[in-house]
This record gives sequence, C-alpha cells and structure tokens, in this order.
Amino acid sequence: MPGKLKAKIVAGRHLPVMDRASDLTDAFVEVKFGNTTFKTDVYPKCLNPQWNSEWFKFEVDDEDLQDEPLQITVLDHDTYSANDAIGKVYIDIDPLLCSEAASVISGWFPIYDTIHGIRGEINVLVKVDLFNDLNRFRQSSCGVKFFCTTSIPLCYRAAMVHGFVEELVVNEDPEYQWIDRIRTPRASNEARQRLISLMSGELQRKIGLKVLEMGGNAVVGYLQCFDLEGESGIVVRAIGTACTLDKLSAGANANAYTHPNTAPASNACNSPSKDSKESPLAHGCRSTHNSPVHSTCSAQRLSQNFSVSVPTLIFAGMGSGGSVGKEAGPLKMLLRQQTQTALEQREFPFFTLTCFPPGFLVHVGGVVSARSVKLLDRIHNPDEPETRDAWWEEIRQEIKSHAKALGCHAVVGYSESTSICEEVCILSAAGTAAILNPRYMREGCLDIGSGDHRFDEPSPPSCGFCHIPYDELNMPFPAQLTYCYQCRRQKVPDVLFTTIDLPTEAAVSGKGCLIQARLCRLKKKAQGEVNATSISNLLPFMEYELHTQLMNKLKLRSMNALFGLRIQISIGENMLLGLASATGVYLSALPTPGGIQIAGKASGDLSNEQHVLSIQKRINDAMAKNKEMYHINPPELSEEAAGSPIPEPKQRSRLFRSQSESSDELSELDLSHGKKDAFVLEIDDTDAVEDIHSLLTDAPPPAGFYSCNTEVMPGVYNWTSGLQMFTSVRVLRLSNANLTNQSLNKIFTDMCENLLKSLYFKLRSMIPCCLCHVNFTVAVPEDELIQVAVTAVAMSFDKEPILEKLGDRAVFKGAGENEDQLQFPMELCAESASVAISNLTAKFTGVPEYAGGPSRATSVDYGSFADRCSTWLELIRLKAHTIRRGSVKTSRRTQSLARSVSSSERCSPLPEGRSRSLRSTRSSGGGGGGTAVTVVKMTPLSFLPGTRLIKYLGIINMFFIRETTSLREEGGVSGFLHTFIAEVFAMVRAHVAALGGNAVVSYSMKECVFMENPNKNQAQCLINVSGDAVVFVRDTDQEATPTLIHTSCGGTDGPT
Amino acid sequence: MAVELDVFVGNTTIMDEEVYQLWLDGYTVNDAVKVRMVSEGMEEYEASAEVVMSDTMDQYRTFQMCERLLHNPTKLANQLLFQIPPHRQAMLIERYYTFDDVFVREVLGKKLSKGTKKDLDDVSSKTGITLKSCRRQFDNFKRVFKVVEELKGPLVENIRQNFILSDKLARDYAAIVFFANNRFETGKRKLQYLTFQDFAFCAGQLIKNWTVGAVDNMVEDMDVDLDKEFLQDLKELKILITDKDLLDQHKSLVCTALRGKTKVYTEMETNFKNLSRGLVNIAAKLTNTKDVRDFFIDLVEKFIEPCRSDRWASADMRLYLTHYTNSAHLLDTFKYQVVWDRYMGVIKSCIFKMYPQMSTFSTPLSGIIDQRFVHVKRDFGPLGRLSIFL
Repeated sequence: MPGKLKAKIVAGRHLPVMDRASDLTDAFVEVKFGNTTFKTDVYPKCLNPQWNSEWFKFEVDDEDLQDEPLQITVLDHDTYSANDAIGKVYIDIDPLLCSEAASVISGWFPIYDTIHGIRGEINVLVKVDLFNDLNRFRQSSCGVKFFCTTSIPLCYRAAMVHGFVEELVVNEDPEYQWIDRIRTPRASNEARQRLISLMSGELQRKIGLKVLEMGGNAVVGYLQCFDLEGESGIVVRAIGTACTLDKLSAGANANAYTHPNTAPASNACNSPSKDSKESPLAHGCRSTHNSPVHSTCSAQRLSQNFSVSVPTLIFAGMGSGGSVGKEAGPLKMLLRQQTQTALEQREFPFFTLTCFPPGFLVHVGGVVSARSVKLLDRIHNPDEPETRDAWWEEIRQEIKSHAKALGCHAVVGYSESTSICEEVCILSAAGTAAILNPRYMREGCLDIGSGDHRFDEPSPPSCGFCHIPYDELNMPFPAQLTYCYQCRRQKVPDVLFTTIDLPTEAAVSGKGCLIQARLCRLKKKAQGEVNATSISNLLPFMEYELHTQLMNKLKLRSMNALFGLRIQISIGENMLLGLASATGVYLSALPTPGGIQIAGKASGDLSNEQHVLSIQKRINDAMAKNKEMYHINPPELSEEAAGSPIPEPKQRSRLFRSQSESSDELSELDLSHGKKDAFVLEIDDTDAVEDIHSLLTDAPPPAGFYSCNTEVMPGVYNWTSGLQMFTSVRVLRLSNANLTNQSLNKIFTDMCENLLKSLYFKLRSMIPCCLCHVNFTVAVPEDELIQVAVTAVAMSFDKEPILEKLGDRAVFKGAGENEDQLQFPMELCAESASVAISNLTAKFTGVPEYAGGPSRATSVDYGSFADRCSTWLELIRLKAHTIRRGSVKTSRRTQSLARSVSSSERCSPLPEGRSRSLRSTRSSGGGGGGTAVTVVKMTPLSFLPGTRLIKYLGIINMFFIRETTSLREEGGVSGFLHTFIAEVFAMVRAHVAALGGNAVVSYSMKECVFMENPNKNQAQCLINVSGDAVVFVRDTDQEATPTLIHTSCGGTDGPT
Repeated sequence: MAVELDVFVGNTTIMDEEVYQLWLDGYTVNDAVKVRMVSEGMEEYEASAEVVMSDTMDQYRTFQMCERLLHNPTKLANQLLFQIPPHRQAMLIERYYTFDDVFVREVLGKKLSKGTKKDLDDVSSKTGITLKSCRRQFDNFKRVFKVVEELKGPLVENIRQNFILSDKLARDYAAIVFFANNRFETGKRKLQYLTFQDFAFCAGQLIKNWTVGAVDNMVEDMDVDLDKEFLQDLKELKILITDKDLLDQHKSLVCTALRGKTKVYTEMETNFKNLSRGLVNIAAKLTNTKDVRDFFIDLVEKFIEPCRSDRWASADMRLYLTHYTNSAHLLDTFKYQVVWDRYMGVIKSCIFKMYPQMSTFSTPLSGIIDQRFVHVKRDFGPLGRLSIFL
C-alpha cells in the first residue's frame, strides 16, 4: 500500500443553472480514483456552492497513482430522475509523485463537459503521501522526472545522458466499440478521454521503468503521440532521452557547461587538404537527387507477404565510422572509439534533444530520415503491441544505418510521426546525424572540478559542429567541400541542413528566417494495397521537390544552413500534402552561397531570352533585398587569402574569380551573387517556371517582424518579456473538382502565406517582434479539405541592438584592415556574434584587440592553405518506404520540441528554501479561493525571456474531446473551434496554477483533429497538448525594463 | 476555394480597441472591414481585405464569447476562459457599458420594458445609432436596473461594485436607474434642449437630497425612491402662496434685496407671485406620482419659460433664486425652514443647470436640431451610409 491519495472538494463557482424552475442548481461532487468513489453532500439551490468536504482518502499502489487520473464529477442532484452530470475534471497525480515537483495541487479547475464545454469551476485540494517502497521488482517508476523540453532543463545539470527510450501501448478505441452504438456521445467521449489518460499514464510509467533500468532519473525531450487508427484502435507511443539530472544548487550554476572538452576532436583533424573530390555536378541539389527511384520497381517481398522495401534516396555512401577513423589523426580515432563503445552498446544511439550543452555536439553530418507506408489492421491483442513495435524498430534501424553512412554514430534532434488516412499510415522518423562527445555518456566523466589542463585552452572553435564527420575521400553522397571559413583547418560542406536548434556557440551573420517548402500532389482514390503502393511511389518525388524548394529558397535568401528542419507529409483520400519548415541562417563557417542563375533551354528564342533575363534580374534583386533585410553582412575574403580556386569543369562563365572584391568591398556586396558557383535553374518546363514563381512569391515578413521555427532567432538577443503564444487553425475547402497539381500547389502555398500574413497583422502591436518556434501542421481531414494549424510564440524585443552595432563596427573596422589581415574581419564578426549569443559581451567589448588572440593566430596560419572550392553540399536524406499489410495503425504528427541554451547563463536557481517559501505562500492563497486568477504564461520555447525558471513542476499532457450537436448555435465551425481552443488553454493554465506554477514552457499542440458534419449541425474535435509546468521569477538582475510589458502584468494583480 | 474555418486564439486574449468600438457600435463584419480598410495605419501593414476580414471575424467572435461575461462584469475578473490583463478587462467593461448620450435621451425616464425595447428601431432610425447598439445599451440599462433594484446601500456605490465601472459612469447609470424608476418625463418637446448630462446632474441632486437615502442609508431602494415623508411635508410649503401676508412679505423682502442689482428688476417684481406660485405648487403636488413624472416639465413651464420670455440672463435668475430662497428664512411666521431648504437646494441646482444659455434658447427646437446634427455627422462616416438594420 505504498501511497495515500487525499482529495478535498472546497467549493464551486459560476455553475450552470440546472433546474429551470428555480434557476439554481443542487450540486454535489463525486471523487473517483480507480474503483473507489466518494461523494460530497448536496449543496442545495446554489450556483456557488461551498462544500468544504472532508478529506477523501484513497489507499492505492503507486502503479495506479501513475496510471490513473483523479476523476472529479460535478452533478446536479435530482430527487425523481437520474442526476444530471454538469461536467468533469481529470487531474493527473503524477507531479505529486516526484519530491522535487509540486507538493500539493490546489486551485480552481474548469468543470469540463465534452458537449457543453466549460461549465463553471471547482476548487480542489489534492495531496499524496508516498511510502518508501524498496521492492526492486516494482512496476512503478515514481520519481522519474519527465520534461517535454528538448534540452537540459534550465535548473538542472546533466550528469549523464543515457540515451533513447521508447515505448508504445495499444488499445481498442471506445469510439469504435459496439457499445458506442447505444451509449450517448458524452459517454463515448468520456470513455475515450479516460482511456487515453490511462494509456498515457501507463506509457509514462513504463518509460520511467526503462529509465530506472538505465540508471537515469529523468526523461528529457519526452514526445508522446496518439495515433487514432480508427477501427484498428488507439496507439499511444512516446520517445525521449533518458538522463541523469542533478538539480543545480545555488552555488553550482550553469557554468558547469562552460568548459566543454571538445578540443581534441577539433584539433585532431588537420589532415592536409586534398583536392576535394570533384562532384561532376555543379548544382548539388539536382545532382544528389538524380539517384533514380528505380528501386521502387524492384520491390522485394519480405517475409510478410505484402511488404515492399523501397530505399529511394540513399546515396552512394559507403563511408562507415571505421573507415573515417583511418583517415583521421590518432586523437580523433581515440575519440571515436570511446564514443563508439559508449554508443554502440545502445540499440539506438538517438537523442530527442535539439539543443545541447556546449561541447556535447562535435560534428553534424546532415538530416537523416526514413518513411514507411503501412496498411493498418485491427489490433488483435492490446497486450502484444508487437506489430507496431516492429514497424518502428524497422524505421529506427533505417535511420541508424543512414547515420552510419554519414560517418556519424548518433542521431540528434530525433522525432517520429505518423499520418493516417483510412487504413493507410505513413510512419516517419527524422533526425540529424551527428558525432557526440562521449564524455556525457560515460559514467563519472563529468567531474567538472578536475583540473584537466585542456580546459585552459581557448574555447573550442565555434565552428566545430559544421565540420564534416564523414571521410572526404569516401563521401556518402556527392558533395563539395571547402575549408572552414572560420578555423580554416577542416572541411565544411557548403550547405548544412539539420533538425536541431542552432548551437549557441555558432557564429552567424545577420538574422535568420523561416523558410517553408510546400507541396501538394494529387493521387487517385484507391483502396488498400494499391493505395499504399501509389502513396509510396509518390513519396520520393515529394521529398525531392520539397528539398529542391528549400534549397532554392535558402539560396534566394543568401543563407547557407537550415536548422529545425521538419518535413511533414500528410495523406488524404485524393492528395498528399508536404510541408517542410526550417529556419535559414548564414553560418559564418560555411562558404557564401552562390547566386541563382536562370538558364533558358531554348536559347535561340529572343523573347524567351528576355524572359530569362527579366527573371534573373528579379531574382538578383530579391537576393540583394534579402541580404539587406536579414542583415547578412559576411566579410568578404579576398581571393588570395582564400586560396586558389579549384577549377571546376562546370563553372559558369560568370564566375570570374579574378574579380577583385577587396576593392569593391562592402558597397557592392551583391556582386557575390555572380562570382561564386551559381545555382542553375533551367526553365525548360512548366515545373521550373512554377518553382521560380513560387520562389518569388513568398512575401517577406513586414518590417519589424522576423520569424523562425527554432527556439530563438539568431541575431536577436534583447528580448523583452512581452510574449504571446497563440494557435491559429485554418481549413480550406477546395471547390473545384478538376484541380491540377499546379493549381493545388498554388492554393496550398497561398493558404500558408495568407495565414502568416494574418499572424503578422494580428500581432502588429508587438513590433518589433519575432515569431519563434512557428510550428505548422497540415492535415487532410476530408476529401476536399486542407487543414493548417500553427502554434507559435510572438516575442517582442528592444529595437536598439547594442550588440549588433558592435558587430557592425567590428566588421567595418576589419574591412579597413583587409589588406594585411585578411581573416580579421571574419574572425571579428564571428567572435562578436558568438560572444553576443553567450551573453559574455562585457568580458570582451573593452578589449578591442582581442582578435589577436589564439583563434586569429590560427586562422592566419591556415588561411593561406584554405582552398576555396565553392561547392554544394547536399544534405543527406535517406529514406525507405515499406508497404506492409499488417496490423494496426498510428497517426501522429511530429512535434518538434525545442529549446535554447541562450538563457542558461541567466538561470541561477534560487536556493531550495526560497522556492519552498514561494510555494507555501501561494498555496495558502490558493486554498482560500482567492478571486484573482494567476496569470499563466505559455510558450513553445524552453525559456521565458527576462526570467529565471526556478522549478519544474511536472509534465502537462492533456487530451480533450469536444463535440456539439448545435454547431450553428455555437457560431459555426469557427465559433466552435475558437471556443474549444480557448477552453483548452484555460484548462492548461488552471492545472499549472493549481500546481503552483506560473508558466508552461515547451508547450505544444500535438494533435488537433477536427471533424464536421454541417448537414447534421454536428462537429467534433480532439486536441492533445503538452508542456512543462514551471515556476519562474523575474530576472531582477537584469535591467528593470523587461518587467513592464502589457501582456504580462504580475501574477496576482487585481483589477485596476 | 472557401475558407471553411479560420480561428486565432492567443494565450492572452488579443483585442483591438478599434474593432471593439466598431462591434459595440453595431457594425456588421463587412462594414467594419470597410471602415478598417480606410482607417489610417493600414497601408503600413499592407493588409489585404482578406487579412482584415479574417482578423475582424476573429475579434467579433471573441467579443461575442466575452459578452456573456460582460453581462456580469464581476465574473470577468475570476473567469478562467480568457486571460485578459486587468487593465484590458477594465477597458472592456467600461466601453461595453458606455452609452450614447443621444440614445439615452430617447429612453430616459421610460419604463425599461419589452414595449420600450420594441420601439428601439424608431429610436435607431431617429438617432442614427444601429439597432444592435441600441439594444445593447438598452439591455445594459435594464440589467443594471434589475441588479441594483433590490440592493441595500448607496446606489452609485452598488453600481460601481456590481459592474466595476468608473465613478463617472456609475453616476450616469444611477441617474438612468433613478429616472427609470420614477418615470420622469423627459421626452416632451420643451425638454428636448436638455442633454442627458443636464438630467444626470439633476438626478444626482435629487438622489442626494430627496431620497430616503438622504436620511437613512441602510434601506432598500434608498436611493431610488423619493422620501415620502419629505414629499408629504412639502405640502406645508403651500402657506407661502396661500397666506396673502406671507406672500407679500416674501415678495418685498426679495425685491428689496434685488433692487438695483439687475436690469430685469421690473420683470422680477411683476412676476414674483407667479413664479413663487409655480415653484411652491410643484412642491405641493409631488406626492402624486403623476406629478413627480412631470417634475422637469413643470420646472420648465412654471419657472424657466417665464424667465426666459422676460429675457433674464442666467446671472439674474441665479440672483433671484438665491434671494428667493434666503428671504424665506426671514419670514417670522414661516415654520418650515428645514423642508424649504431641502426643497429649494435641489430646485436651485436643477434650475441653474437647466437654465439655457442665451444662444441655445433662441429657438425651442434647438435640442432637436442638435440631434439632427449628430445624425448627419454620423452619416458622413467613412461608410457613407450606415447599416442600421440587422
């Protein structure tokens, strides 16, 4: 009997009128946990009842405590007929099971009914007394902390990162059980809500057990998804990264991370430059994709009759980790071996984290992804979810082998998702192949105190992560390499795609921007296997096109890297939707991207020629404009310094290397478009015209706005505390039956663009402002419908960017000295940028000659060797499509959880004592049923600017269903969904406030399934949200300015 | 292609004050979009009609969802559905309860009944205020009336606490409730020149001095009903006109005081008995509910109009009333000084307020013309034409 759960029902308010005769309600409450139910007395004829009940005590196993929610039902007593339910509150007890999280749940909860929405509020107190249980065979995993945040939570230190944990549970969907035909919609919805709540509790408990087995105490980057497979059931699955976290005491603060030991890795690999392999193709994008999809045809039948394995875009890569080791210096080899031993004992060296302690990430290879098309079948035995497990296992193996092909031993920023339409399901997994520093994966290697002399070396170059992890002689795919523009010692690709956040140490020029590729493909309606085959045939083409679009748009913005890449493919009955979002940046370590050149095919045609010219001009103008808009101001290197160019057979005639930029300098930056290897777009067919058109029609955000889908916007640092999290949903009905791919693309693109425009307009009062963590999800809910949902946070910042000015000045000054110190400007710029990111400006600004430090010295030494092949590195994306007729389903969209380290320095947690006292004052206030509602901030980011997170209170993971049979009366579909989303927000806020928190970080809406039947005046919607409840305090160490922002008046301000 | 569904929900509820005003004014979404498209600042955001439309619909929906809470403003502060910063809450409430003076003039003193509500389309076409807005304002009056009707304690304070309104607005509502309760006639042509604020001031005076609450502040309806005992006592004042001696004495005291101080002395002297009879008769008749209703029209007919026709300046009128009031204290045989002061204090302030300035009184139709002007001005709104009917 290891736990005693106690609940007390204090009062209700704003109850609905249940008795028409008296305009009052005779309310009482049922409190249920497991199979035990208690009731309060009836509080007659009152809309604001004061029950003030005794403590209801439940004696339960901690296993149940983890699985079951506390269920509170408010009813109206009726003497003659059955009591009417007013609504319910489900309270997840989990946060109370962890000593470091909340100690009591106390507050007003909205009373929720799946038909009527919120109907009043109820004040509840919940406590848990846990008894120690030393049984090592226990089934519970109380005490394991869960975080949605995809980075090390701000007030913790990672003592060890154990690695990937995953689990899934399956069950029948109550909505599809026979009993559903005779029960009310309300009963069916509630059964579903309760089941999913139980399943996610069970899932969390099982994952916790795995973590304990691994010796960890927490799961970071916990991503839980539901797949509503319809007839075949419900799958709840979760992945995460097991860690051992130490709570930071006041003394040991985040500085623990400031001396990462990556020096050996980055110093070791100074292998002499060799002629980099010439890629025969100048335009990498096309080239990498010319690997034919032939394998599709040679579908091999696997043991299970109907499965087809279709590896489509695997490039020639044979490079394995071992072979790379041969080429590298001995230190690197050693590192590799250590890492491998650390990692290879794991089945899947995957990490759901997207942001890492400095030094953790050594190299990044590129994006790896795998998709698989499955046919769903009923889950026959809920206790044996093996089919689903096997499916995911297969995909993960695929990912693992892709990473290996990139010479990487790990995958970071890993996520999984599904898209389901009828009985077809696409499973997707994606991540970023990487090499990690093994220190974090070995026991006892994180003794920060040890006087390792390496720590005295200058910080490792901030460009380390850009360096290629694979063997340049044995590249897994055609790519063009160049020496790193920062350290000049190692090779970097010319373009880098990743699914992670921008590492804090990365040097970036200018600002970033949201880049999206959108695509629609029609497909024939079909059934079963035929359908699955046609979908899997379409997938590689879609990936290819999305990729091309991303690359074009990146070039157009003169940027060379994408972070936070997320590609979503959704299936509908008669179309496939693809949406790729990422944040483009200009990494100083990577070469300046070349221009885009338009080539007409029919060169004889004069009018065509002119057409090409005019398009070329527009593109060049757009690029110049973009450079200015995003403040991309990379220092120009003169040719001499950059080393002799490597002749390239396919270089354009316009690439006159001899052209001296040193004399043109800053005034004519856009010259660079022409002088590098250009990216050629041939207008030889309508597709290309369309590509170019879509390239140029993406409207830039209005002045004062920036947007990104990562945690923070590179180049914007001085956030105020003004923030606004929002969700916006749009559904478009396609009226025209005879749509072509092109017109559909246009419609879809316009829909996304218009949505963004609307957001900018709505949020105009927050200018200057940045939309961060913009997360689009697309779906095809019905034949003719396209649904796009966006969740993001708008954060305003102070205009005068001191840091930016500093950077500009440095560049300017550097330019003046260009002749003798050729690398100087770049170093300066890079330094200042990275300095800015880490908030260490104060340390450096007073020392203008800091560029003379070690990093500059090395850059000068190596600069002359640098060779400057302007190339293209294609990102790697690999995938496989497998059709299999098998069992069940899964439908979930990936949600990218993100985080940032940028504020970690600011986060020095309060001593435990103080946070306690905070709690106690709050809970006494809450118990009294105070009238002021606590302001709860919500953000999809892992931090709140201008504040310190002092406590994580536990994970919020809520699933709601709302249904209506009076759609018109509720304001139509928009009114219905608007109310529902507002209600979901309200319930999240109420739970957080009851835990004693004042914010939700890493918030995400993972599911928003909307179904309507206007003819019957009905609609139904399911929403799943998650996040971490936290307590923050204003960062008083910072200037006073951030505290006075309109949306964020202090927690308990009364009405003015 | 049709946008089937389009919603935006912020964790902090976003509300644009301009759109809120348009919504309160009863504009349809389409009209509101037209107004917004031409309002300044829009070019800056390159907002297309589509974008503005989407935003406007969202905001309208939000307001509609909030409206239920605005009907019970105390709930707004502790509801959980919308996270609205306190100062925004105050703005929402204040604006929701703000009314058009032109509109309130039309219904002031009328019974807040369904019948009156049915006539609102006439009011709407007369005032140029949309029917929707008229209904909101009317319902606000009615709601406030219903809530405070049965509460104890000071009227203004009750309104302020139950509806979280500013002091000014709470006083205006007190006046509306007071007028509606006593059904004062304000709609006659002769009273048209008076604004709502004039009446509100008078109501304040009446509430402060003539209600039950003026003597006992813990009774129900204390500020809404006139003090019956006092009204009864007022009958005694009749002696001032029925007793010939007293009347003459009073007249000579006033005349002595006035002589040489005003250009209209002769007129004052001539009219003294008439005017005095007028004022005292009003007092004496106040026990009849019917006469209470005619209180303001009586003041105008019995006092203000005679003075105006003799071209008294307002300074003359003030001088006259001051001496008229004070002289009564010098009458030996007049025993009702306390009642007299309580009565004349209010009468004086009301008449001071109601006495028209020269310019506005040059025509009895001036009030109506004022309204026409307002109407016309509205017609010149950005739309060129208002959609008055829903």
